[in-house]
Amino acid sequence: MSAPSRDLEAAIARHPFFAGLAPELVHAVSAGAEARVVAPGALIAREGTPADVFCLVVAGKIALEVGAPDRPTLTVQTLGPGEVLGWSWLIPPHRWRFDARAVKETRFLALPADALRGILADHPAWGFDVLRRLVPVLAERLENTRVQLVDLHAR
Amino acid sequence: MLAEAAEPDEPSGPHPFAPIPYVVRSVVQETPDTVTLAIAPHGSRRIPPARPGQFAMLYAFGLGESPIGVSGSAGEGVLFHTVRDAGRITHALTRLTPGDGVGVRGPYGRGWPMEAARGRDVVIVAGGLGLPPLRPALRTILRDRDAYGRLEIIYGARTPKDLVYAAELQEWRRRGDLRLQVTVDAAGRDWYGDVGVVTTRIPDARFDPARTVAFVCGPEIMMKLTARALLARGVPASATWVSMERNMKCALGFCGHCQFGPSFVCRDGPVLSFEGLAPRLGVREV
Ligand SMILES: Cc1cc2nc3c(=O)[nH]c(=O)nc-3n(C[C@H](O)[C@H](O)[C@H](O)COP(=O)(O)OP(=O)(O)OC[C@H]3O[C@@H](n4cnc5c(N)ncnc54)[C@H](O)[C@@H]3O)c2cc1C
Ligand code: FES
Repeated sequence: MSAPSRDLEAAIARHPFFAGLAPELVHAVSAGAEARVVAPGALIAREGTPADVFCLVVAGKIALEVGAPDRPTLTVQTLGPGEVLGWSWLIPPHRWRFDARAVKETRFLALPADALRGILADHPAWGFDVLRRLVPVLAERLENTRVQLVDLHAR
Repeated sequence: MLAEAAEPDEPSGPHPFAPIPYVVRSVVQETPDTVTLAIAPHGSRRIPPARPGQFAMLYAFGLGESPIGVSGSAGEGVLFHTVRDAGRITHALTRLTPGDGVGVRGPYGRGWPMEAARGRDVVIVAGGLGLPPLRPALRTILRDRDAYGRLEIIYGARTPKDLVYAAELQEWRRRGDLRLQVTVDAAGRDWYGDVGVVTTRIPDARFDPARTVAFVCGPEIMMKLTARALLARGVPASATWVSMERNMKCALGFCGHCQFGPSFVCRDGPVLSFEGLAPRLGVREV
């Protein structure tokens, strides 16, 4: 695999998800990574299709959408700079569970999921570090979903 | 109409329960079920000026009274109240049209601790109809902006169509001396703002926790979770103030209808420090 660009590696190291983790880990995950810019309205992930990248949001806004045949599409959460798009890349069957759409022009770093899974499996300590960053994201989204279910606005 | 509202007999000064007649000047439809009423005194009597966070008892003639926060005031004793149709009385209040009469007594209760906020960063968190009782506090801060530190407003509603004060939100958004975050729980594709519960915006809010005062108003569960998120950011429970709602009758500390633990919400609140409330709201980490 080609050597990652220094700029890209630095951008990944600066992103809150990877900030403070081992430089060697950041270097490894940077291989094959891409900085992407998408226009407002662009679909970044489609429900049910392979989750082949792990996205670190750098700028802009991404909407997680739920569609149902009998209802208009609903945005259930937006993600902004410093946040990450999902964990489907890590959890089998590695398929997106939501549609993700850019609300405005959005920049993100896309790390290839295959390579990432390989690196984390080969280096359990790094794998643990990444899980320690990912689990709070999961826990927070779960708590927020619960709060939405309770309906904060109901008396 | 107002003509039907007889002036109470006043042999020895006004009775504390006697509403003062007001007349509706204008009605703004904020959302499908919520209006803002501008009401003016009908005659020479008017209630004293309200402090931010206080409420009044609004009397829908023939039906009864509801406690409603004062959401603004203007010259000539004009009061603004933003009312959501939640039941019998509020339904009648939301149906009023200009020229209709309404009885008012108050203002009651303890409002937002504006003095404690001076010189500090202020975080205002509103859920749904929690914004109206916070608006006078916000306007007080904006009138004397230099007396306060950073100002962060976080406003959450169920959906975009449940947001009130559209024009003012635009105006606040344009100001350089405050930061406004608006978020909704769910939205369609025509919404370009944030989606997520109000607590998700707190990690992103800009303030110095050691010198911050937080004013929080909304449904109880929202206030509890918000105060908890503020605690996690380092804002002590003693610096977070919430506005409680309880069913009320007298609003004068006589009847006990509004009792919440040792407090009477009408007299000791509605604004109370989260420090004393936390155990009553089931929050143990304070
Ligand atoms: C200090 C204070 C300030 C308030 N400010 C506002 C305001 O600015 N705008 C506004 O629209 N409403 C406000 N409210 C709430 C408002 O007073 C109630 O919605 C109203 O009294 C309900 O009366 P109703 O006859 O319309 O409904 P009802 O027919 O009596 O009841 C409708 C439903 O609301 C519930 N309910 C009734 N009263 C309350 C209450 N006080 N708190 C929670 N649930 C209640 C009932 O249990 C019932 O489920 C405030 C309440 C308090 C205590
Ligand atoms: S409403 Fe009567 S004591 Fe509070």
